[in-house]
Amino acid sequence: MKLLRYFFVGIFFGFLLIKAEVISWFRIQEMFHFQSFHMYGIMMSAMAVGMTSIFLIKKLKAKTLSGEEIKIAPKKFTWGNVIGGLIFGLGWALTGACPGPLYALVGGGVPVMAIAILSAILGTFTYGLIRNKLPH
Amino acid sequence: MKEFLSQPWPWYVSGPLIGLMVPVLLFIGNKPFGISSSLKHVCAACIPNRADYFKYDWKKELWCVVFAIGIICGGFLAGTVFQNPNPVKITPDAVATLSAMGVKDFAGLHPSGLFNFQAIFTLKGFLLIVVGGFCVGFGTRYAEGCTSGHSIMGISNLQVPSMIATACFFAGGLLMTWFILPHILNL
Repeated sequence: MKLLRYFFVGIFFGFLLIKAEVISWFRIQEMFHFQSFHMYGIMMSAMAVGMTSIFLIKKLKAKTLSGEEIKIAPKKFTWGNVIGGLIFGLGWALTGACPGPLYALVGGGVPVMAIAILSAILGTFTYGLIRNKLPH
Repeated sequence: MKEFLSQPWPWYVSGPLIGLMVPVLLFIGNKPFGISSSLKHVCAACIPNRADYFKYDWKKELWCVVFAIGIICGGFLAGTVFQNPNPVKITPDAVATLSAMGVKDFAGLHPSGLFNFQAIFTLKGFLLIVVGGFCVGFGTRYAEGCTSGHSIMGISNLQVPSMIATACFFAGGLLMTWFILPHILNL
């Protein structure tokens, strides 16, 4: 039943994504055409809050609700960050959505995005099959 | 109440709330904010004869899938029950640019003429929805994260690979938007 808490956080996050309009193809296009501050404001303020939170968590050695020490795994550079990043960027501008928004859109009135999710699962699966042949 | 919940939220409200997902997930279960790995766990759980990449104890990662199901439900609440009756307020410049690219319908979150079930069977719709979705799934796994995992979680933790990945997300998006998408919309 511990999992239930992630369900409720997910509900909040899905609600938030729609209300922020970051899941809208129109907003994504507007961002890539540099025609509004909206998306940039969201990204920058989210990063600022995230950064401050992690800084404080580390500084105060904060613990989780169940008393564990909070640990965040560092990320290691691979060429996948570059090549995969570019490929994801292409898909982001095509669908107007990243993975979180795809889920939110399915619930939020663009049901055809369920097909995009299936296709994304297929893309993930394909990566798993051929990853040994890809540069990293 | 319903009217209040049906309005879109300005960036300075929604941005900080999105950022708060980082400490919330850390506090409630030591989880790094990120969504694209849910796609990997679905592969590990559902597809038989899997590659080594999908051989791990996916049950331990179930939280991310539960989180994703929550997002669908939250999306339903915000987009259907408390639906914003007005079109997304993009700038007049953006409306002009998109109209010039051939977009006609500006109601709703996504242009309904481009994103619907019939559209999948046209080349244009297939590229936007199916190929686009494939790139999202393949690219995020290859990059080991998406806008949540890298651009928000990774950058909040000052990780250089995440900054590089974010720059590449953007470069790919610009390339598509400026050089490829106009041709696709013309199909």
